[in-house]
Amino acid sequence: MSGGSDVVVVGAGPAGLAAACQAAESGARVLVMDDNAAAGGQVWRGEQGEWQERFARSGAALETGRAVIDERVRERGRTVVLATGARELFLPFPGWTLPGVVGAGGLQALIKSGYDVAGKRVVVAGSGPLLYAVAALAREKGASVMLVAEQAPGAAVAGFVRGLWRHPEKLAQGVGLAMALGGVEAVRGCWVEEAMGRGRVEGVKMRCGRRVWEESCDVLAAGFGLTPNTELAEMLGCHVRAGAVETGDWQQTSVEGVYAAGEVTGIGGVEKSVVEGEIAGLAAAGRRAEAERLFGRRAQWRRFGEELGRAFALREEVKRLARGETVLCRCEDVTVGQLRDRAGWREAKLRTRCGMGACQGRVCGAITRTLFGWGPSKPRPPLYPTRFEDLFSD
Amino acid sequence: MGRRITISVNGRAVETREGTSVAAALLNAGVARFRRSESGEAREPLCGMGICMECRVTIDGEAQVRSCQRLCEDGMEVETT
Ligand SMILES: Cc1cc2nc3c(=O)[nH]c(=O)nc-3n(C[C@H](O)[C@H](O)[C@H](O)COP(=O)(O)OP(=O)(O)OC[C@H]3O[C@@H](n4cnc5c(N)ncnc54)[C@H](O)[C@@H]3O)c2cc1C
Ligand code: FES
Repeated sequence: MSGGSDVVVVGAGPAGLAAACQAAESGARVLVMDDNAAAGGQVWRGEQGEWQERFARSGAALETGRAVIDERVRERGRTVVLATGARELFLPFPGWTLPGVVGAGGLQALIKSGYDVAGKRVVVAGSGPLLYAVAALAREKGASVMLVAEQAPGAAVAGFVRGLWRHPEKLAQGVGLAMALGGVEAVRGCWVEEAMGRGRVEGVKMRCGRRVWEESCDVLAAGFGLTPNTELAEMLGCHVRAGAVETGDWQQTSVEGVYAAGEVTGIGGVEKSVVEGEIAGLAAAGRRAEAERLFGRRAQWRRFGEELGRAFALREEVKRLARGETVLCRCEDVTVGQLRDRAGWREAKLRTRCGMGACQGRVCGAITRTLFGWGPSKPRPPLYPTRFEDLFSD
Repeated sequence: MGRRITISVNGRAVETREGTSVAAALLNAGVARFRRSESGEAREPLCGMGICMECRVTIDGEAQVRSCQRLCEDGMEVETT
């Protein structure tokens, strides 16, 4: 692209589309890049909604099917908005590498791309609201959903649901899901201890407190919540804390000219992503007064994200399911036993090849952070820049 | 999903529909595994969204393609390892 853009947005999910619309409507030349073949991100992919239509009219350019892999993205425009979203968090347990064991979001994506689950017995386990969305989808497509097991205690989830009146949009979504689930058995305070089977999963060992039982299944969908996609931000030198990109009032990161919005700054759902995207887009286009009017709405959805995080916090037991011989790094087949006494991520990579395989640490990096508290290996800049120049402010 | 198409999986003809990902088509066909891990374990898709690399297969001679990120095309030749 000759001349470059004023604002380059990485990620065409809710946050990226909202940022692009606000910046383009303010007169900025905007380019959006996404590695997927279609825009929309995790929730809107392949759908036509309000923001997609607004985006189509905004004049922003879209490049799909290509991943942004390094700092050269900064050459494409004066300001960069990182809206790279989140991915599923996996945790190792005995049998989790067996064929037939997939992620919860993984099963959702596979069904949406044509996997026929009709007649299959499916157990959904792990943590977070996504479990119910997956179970409802599998059921709608003809699967027998045997069980949905949330690891968080029933009281925590019930408290969260009671607080939903403060977020009517979410309450409506929850009611819709509950109806789609029909009579599916949903339990709380329960988790999968082991997946069993010869050659592929045939059943799972479940635990609810002291009660342990086996459940037969053809598919186990297990996911333990979401984790932000911070790799690109780290590569650009942005400060990352507790697995999320740190941002200031205008969604600016610790690196001048780089903003971040959406799940990449912390898990909070689609509404948080949209409002953060709008603020980033407006701020990047120099319209701080308009951006500031959205602070209240952002605070509301961040609060929802915090409530979500508290309610579905991972219990210590699910971090201790793996045995010494359980594989942790699936690309290089490195076991928990080979890793747990290492000093950190860097030493583990050097000594065991953990994180050096094809997924580049995107699965095992999040696991070792959750299980062992290992941080990212990139050096971090210490502080935010004291001054932030906006593109169009004169 | 779109019209009926046929792909070949390890030499066997498999019917599927346009718009289906290669990963979904292989799961529907009941293949025994997508790939073998470093230590020889059978592996299948985990994330469904292009991140974990567990679904890698050979497509039309190109090795190590993530089958969850590729749509089936009529006459496509897929091989698992
Ligand atoms: C597997 C999964 C399933 C989910 N299902 C639901 C659901 O059913 N309902 C719900 O309400 N919420 C769901 N969510 C939560 C959802 O992510 C958010 O609510 C919302 O989509 C977040 O918007 P976002 O714009 O921040 O990120 P996303 O929607 O994740 O969009 C980020 C986009 O950036 C792209 N990207 C990332 N890195 C790069 C790169 N380096 N180069 C180029 N492009 C890149 C991604 O491909 C993606 O399209 C799900 C999340 C996940 C991970
Ligand atoms: S299933 Fe994870 S990359 Fe395809």
